[in-house]
Amino acid sequence: MTGRILALVMALLTVALIVVGTVWPFQSALVTAGVDSGADMLRPSSTPQAAVENLATQIGRRDWEKAYSSLANKNEFEETDFVRDLAGSYPSLRSHASLDSFDVRPQHASADDAQVKLNLRWSTVVGTFLDSRMLRVVKAGDRWAVAWPIVKEPRVPPQVIPVNYLRWDVIYRGAEDDWGAQDAESPHVRIVDMHPVDRGGGVVIMGELLNEDVVPAFVNVKATLLAKDGSALATEDSFDKISHILLPRQVTPFLIEFHNVALSQVDSVHMQPSSSLVAASADPVVEIEDQHLTPGSQASLSGKLLNQSGQVVNVAHVLGTFYDNTGQLIWVSDGYAERALLPGTPETFAMSVPPDIASKVKTQRAVTTTYSSNRFQ
Amino acid sequence: MKLRLASFLGGLIVLAGGQLAAAQGSLRLPKTVEAGAAFSIHTGGSGKGVLYIVGPAQVLRRDVQLGEDISFAPGDMHNAGHYLVVLTGGSSTEDGAFDVTAVHQPTTLSFIAKPSRLPVDLHDGISGVVYVFDTFHNLVLQPTPVSFQLSGVAGASQTRTVTSKNGVAWTKLDSASKEGAAKFEARAGNVADERIIQQVPGDPCKLKMDVRPVGQRLQLETEPVRDCSGNAVPDGTIVTFTEIYDGGQATVDVPLKRGVAKTEMPAYKGATISVATGVVMGNEIRWGKE
Repeated sequence: MTGRILALVMALLTVALIVVGTVWPFQSALVTAGVDSGADMLRPSSTPQAAVENLATQIGRRDWEKAYSSLANKNEFEETDFVRDLAGSYPSLRSHASLDSFDVRPQHASADDAQVKLNLRWSTVVGTFLDSRMLRVVKAGDRWAVAWPIVKEPRVPPQVIPVNYLRWDVIYRGAEDDWGAQDAESPHVRIVDMHPVDRGGGVVIMGELLNEDVVPAFVNVKATLLAKDGSALATEDSFDKISHILLPRQVTPFLIEFHNVALSQVDSVHMQPSSSLVAASADPVVEIEDQHLTPGSQASLSGKLLNQSGQVVNVAHVLGTFYDNTGQLIWVSDGYAERALLPGTPETFAMSVPPDIASKVKTQRAVTTTYSSNRFQ
Repeated sequence: MKLRLASFLGGLIVLAGGQLAAAQGSLRLPKTVEAGAAFSIHTGGSGKGVLYIVGPAQVLRRDVQLGEDISFAPGDMHNAGHYLVVLTGGSSTEDGAFDVTAVHQPTTLSFIAKPSRLPVDLHDGISGVVYVFDTFHNLVLQPTPVSFQLSGVAGASQTRTVTSKNGVAWTKLDSASKEGAAKFEARAGNVADERIIQQVPGDPCKLKMDVRPVGQRLQLETEPVRDCSGNAVPDGTIVTFTEIYDGGQATVDVPLKRGVAKTEMPAYKGATISVATGVVMGNEIRWGKE
C-alpha cells in the first residue's frame, strides 16, 4: 500500500517538474540541452542579469553574429576578434570545446551601469575548464547590453624561425624475417620512484618513470594490486596521468588510481612499465615559467608555457610532480592549456592540488607533453 | 591427428602382441640412420606383406614382398627422431624400431643476440645463443664447436668458442668502451650468421652548464655532454634546466643538439639554476649573487 502511494507521488512529482522545466526553462540548461530555437527562448534584456544570460546562451549556441551584435562595445573590435577570444585562432582545446553550463553573479549595479561576473564552464575531451569574465553591463534605452572585455589573442608576425630539426624514425622487422632475427629493441625504461597511498576510499600509486635509453619511447605503466593470498585485487594503468612520449633520459611522473580498494587489503603491488619504439620529434621545446604553488582550499600550481620553437602547439598537457621536505613524492597532478601555444607567446595553465597535499609540498617539478594537429608528438 | 596416429599405432601393437614370437628375427633394421640417407630393411619369410614406419612427423606405408630387402631412397626419411616399424604379412606381425639422427654437418644456425642495443662498457652485457640445425632443419645434437666473434668500431675483437650441448651453444660478451655498431658473428663449420649490436653511450658524466645574460633573459648552454668513456651523448637526449627564484620556479626540458643543450630562461637576481639529465645532476649556478 505504502509502495503504491510512493509510486504515485513520484509520478506526480516527475510530471510537475517536467511542466515547470518546460514553462520556465533555466537558461544554462537550455545551452546544455542544445536547444536551437533561437532568440524566442531568450528573455528580454531588461535587467543586467538577463542581458548576460542571453549573451552566454548565444555563446553556448556559437551564434557569434547575434552575440556580437548584442554587445555595447562592438565598435571597439571586430566580430572575428570576439570569436578568436572565445574559440581561439588556432585549433586547441578551446576551439573544440562546448559550453557545458554557465552562471551569472551580479557584483553591483546602478541605474544605468552594472558589473556582473560570468563563469563559463567549457567541456572538452580532457575535462572541463572555467572561463571567468568580469563584465560591465550598460543600459541603452530600455535594454541592457554587455561591454565585452575583449582579450585579443596575440598574433605571431610572419617570420622564418630556423629549427635544427631532430627526429627518430623506426624500421621494424618484417613478417618474413627468421624468428631468430633481431627486431629493433624496445627502449629501456625504469621506474625510479614508486609510492602507494590510501586516499579517498581507494589506493593511489604514484611514481616516476625514466627512459634510460638513447631512443624515444611510448610508455605506459600498469599496476596490479595483489592480496595476501596472491590473488589480483585490481589492475589499472596510468591512462592520461603520464607523459606517454619519453625522449632519451626524460622522466615522467605517473599516477594510477584504484577505487574501492583499501591499502590494508594490499599485500604487494606488481608494476608493469611498458615501452615501445616510436617515431618522435625532439621539438617543440616548451619552457614552463612563473610556476607558483598557491596553497589554501583552492590550492593549485599555475604558470606560463612558453613555446620556444617555431611550430604551433595545439594542445599542451602539463604534469606536476610534488615532493615533501624529505624529497619524497607525495602527489601527481595535471592540467591543460586551453589555447594553442604560439611561438614565443606565453600561455597560462593551472592544475589543482589537494589542499592537504599542498601544505606539505616543498618542491615541485613540471613537464609538458605537446600535441600538434599535423602529427603526434 | 596425433590421437588418430596413436590409436592406429596402439592397434598395430596389440595385433602384433600375440604373434611376435613366431615372427621374431626375420625383420632386420639399422640401429640408426642419418637424416636424408638411403637405407634398407631386410624382411624374412615369403608372400606379401605391408610395412609401416611411424615417426615423429612422418608415416610411411609400403606393400612389400617378404624375404626381400626394402630400399629407401635418399631423402625418404629426413626428420630426426625415434621410428617404429611394423611388418604385417599373412597371419604374422613383427615390429622393431630405429633412430634417425641429424646430419652432423651443420647447415643452418638460428642466432639470437640480445640486446640489440646496450650501453658501452657493460660486463657480460651481450648474450649470444645459437641453435645448430642440419639441412633438414633437425637440431644437431652432436657436440659441435661454435665460435662467437664480436668486432666493433675500435679495439680488439672478442672471440669465444663454445661446444654446443643438445644442439645449443651460448656465450656472454662485454660491450666495448667506444660507441658504434658492432658485428656479432656466430660460426659453426662453414656456416655463419651475424647480428648488429648497437653500442650506445652510457650515462652522462660531468654535466656542466654556463650562463650569460641576453637582454632581459639568461642564455644557458651546457658543455658538450659526454659519458664516462668520453663518448658524446646522442642528440635528442633531454637535459632539464631548473631555475628557482624568490617565490617561483621555471623549468625547461631541452634536447641535446650538436652535443649541447641550449635555452633561454628569465633572469631573476639571486635565482638558483641547476641542470640535470635523467638521474644525473650537473652543476648549480646562483645568478646575480653579491
